[in-house]
Amino acid sequence: MKTRVKRFSLLSVRSNTYDNKDNTDEVRVTDRLNLPGIDWRRVSPKYVYVDVISTIVLALVLLVVSSVPAYFSAVVQWWILPAVVFVIMVLVIAFVPRRVRAIGFQLRDDDLLFRRGLLFQRFVSVPYGRMQLIDITRGPVSRIVGLSDLHFVTAAASSTVAIPGLPIADAEELRDQLVALAETRRAGL
Amino acid sequence: MSDEQSGGDPIEDLLPPGAVLSTRLADGEWHRLHPATPLLKGGFVFIVIAGYFINSARQQLIDLVFGAPHAHDDGDPIAFLTEHGRLPIALLIIAAVLILIVVIFYLSWRVHTFRITDEVVEVRSGLVRRSLRKGRLDRIQGINIVRPFFARLFGAARLEIDVAGHDANVRLDYLSSSNADGLRLDILRLASGSREREAAQAPDARGFVEQRVADFIAPELDPNAVPPESVVKVHVGRLIGSILLHDTTFTLLVLIVAAAVGSAVTGKYFAIYALVPLVLGLGSFLFRRFTKSLRYSIASTPDGVRVGFGLLTLSNETLPPGRIHSIEVRQPILWRLPGWWEIKINRASKSNAKGADAQRNTTILPVGNIDDVLRVLGLLLPGTTDESMAMLKLGIRGRGTDGGFTTSPTRAVVVRPFSFRRNGFAGIPGVVLLRRGAVWRSLTIVPEARAQSIAMTQGPLYRALRLARVHVHTVNGPVRAELGALDMADAMRFFGTESAQVITAMGTDGTHRWRAEGSLR
Repeated sequence: MKTRVKRFSLLSVRSNTYDNKDNTDEVRVTDRLNLPGIDWRRVSPKYVYVDVISTIVLALVLLVVSSVPAYFSAVVQWWILPAVVFVIMVLVIAFVPRRVRAIGFQLRDDDLLFRRGLLFQRFVSVPYGRMQLIDITRGPVSRIVGLSDLHFVTAAASSTVAIPGLPIADAEELRDQLVALAETRRAGL
Repeated sequence: MSDEQSGGDPIEDLLPPGAVLSTRLADGEWHRLHPATPLLKGGFVFIVIAGYFINSARQQLIDLVFGAPHAHDDGDPIAFLTEHGRLPIALLIIAAVLILIVVIFYLSWRVHTFRITDEVVEVRSGLVRRSLRKGRLDRIQGINIVRPFFARLFGAARLEIDVAGHDANVRLDYLSSSNADGLRLDILRLASGSREREAAQAPDARGFVEQRVADFIAPELDPNAVPPESVVKVHVGRLIGSILLHDTTFTLLVLIVAAAVGSAVTGKYFAIYALVPLVLGLGSFLFRRFTKSLRYSIASTPDGVRVGFGLLTLSNETLPPGRIHSIEVRQPILWRLPGWWEIKINRASKSNAKGADAQRNTTILPVGNIDDVLRVLGLLLPGTTDESMAMLKLGIRGRGTDGGFTTSPTRAVVVRPFSFRRNGFAGIPGVVLLRRGAVWRSLTIVPEARAQSIAMTQGPLYRALRLARVHVHTVNGPVRAELGALDMADAMRFFGTESAQVITAMGTDGTHRWRAEGSLR
């Protein structure tokens, strides 16, 4: 992923007064949340189509819902609501390619690393031994472009990792690889 | 029922010669439950119906015997039957139904059997729809013995074996009371991987009635069973105080006062009506909390932590080591005055009990002062050193960077106006500590060997402040192990070290066979 420093920074605090502990070499102080030394594997660029189409469907639903007050009342100001929704959804769709490029995963020795999100970033590390099951799903749009989603499920609902936009062959290969890794590192709950 | 045994070595073969089981029930063969089981499980409805019938038939019976004139009661079915001379037929039908029910009860008792091998516990039941429930011993999360009031009259108890998963419990209801304790010991011993047995208990020589009376008088926890220094109890006075000072009580009072004032000012009483369901709900929550915590005790046994409570319906549960996925020590705001805390835990098994009934599964200490809390934490985290204890104490009450806590930077004052000096994390060997809150203080403790995954998140506000949030995912429950408003660099450091530590801890963890050779503890 291209590093765009502080693209979303609203403030640019640069004081060091807060820094009362030594930052070890393994983590450099950067302006972005990142993990050093990770070569992220990216998902298929075709996933952009899938994401755009599902976002458009969501946008249409939201537009219809937000237009209801304006449609049934004569007050013209109510049309501001769908207008705002429209602008937001256009922005969301405009950022889809970058959001898709921000999705990454990496198979380390003992755990699966996963990241996603631009505005709301999330990094997860799931040890292979925690695997309860692996699920491959295909939505209608994904199927047209030949992609599938892989879900890595553990005993904790919040730690589920969903890697979207994998070509079907890759997803199946990755699943077999993860199952084999989990088998050698099996642990209890 | 050895004829029904299907495959598998009898357990006695696996034992060293001369070893004895506490009960005969865990010998790998099929056994039946307590004979009073059908009555205890479904029979009470039947008794109630019979009671209703006898009550309404009473007048007619008196009339029948003494030849008094018929009463003309149109609403009463019995009166109707006597008037039309159909009573004998009706009685015959009732008798036939009764016999049928008794036969069905007897047959369902006959086919309801269980067996315990050294790998699984199995229960099969059902006359028409046969069902077989299996629980793997190494996935046992806890064994619960419940003695409902009526069952105690018969000397019966229910054994619930919690297995990891949603509502995956295996229930043995009912067993005889003395067997239940011995059987739990046996199951835990089989699950622990230990191959040695302790001496069998001497059978109780007292008569049935004497035993029942003694059972009702005896304290909930047998004082001889565990060393007294490892027992933490909750005093009734403190329990009442804790409920009076609970946040829910406070909310309830505020609402009542607000409604009263509102009604007095406006002269309308709708506010009070609106409040009734809320007051009933909150009130019953508090009441159940009280009854569920009466005679509460928590103690350490060789097979894990034993939690017991109850006045009329007794319940006690043994949690084997390594079954506690996260711990939270927290303090409702008004408990600060007397210095009380409560401890909740996350577990992998979920009971189907709802509401306050679920409290017993997740509240490990309903109320206690700091000494009680530290003793309970000592039981829950075996192998804690004095140094770790000091860290736990700092985590519960401390603030700032004392003891090695990494706290939020000063700029986090925007999102943590009161608690930014307290909000922080630290590690003691094998355990992560997340300290939060200055007003509602809490400390979340996650054993690294139980963490499912580690995550780090950041939203736009945190990005602007260069902060981040860290999560330690565990199985679902009341405890959420996450900590916000950390410096980004600290969060990244936490993510890096903890994701490596979890893997190390998983590799060395041996608690699923806690007594086997080479397991930790």
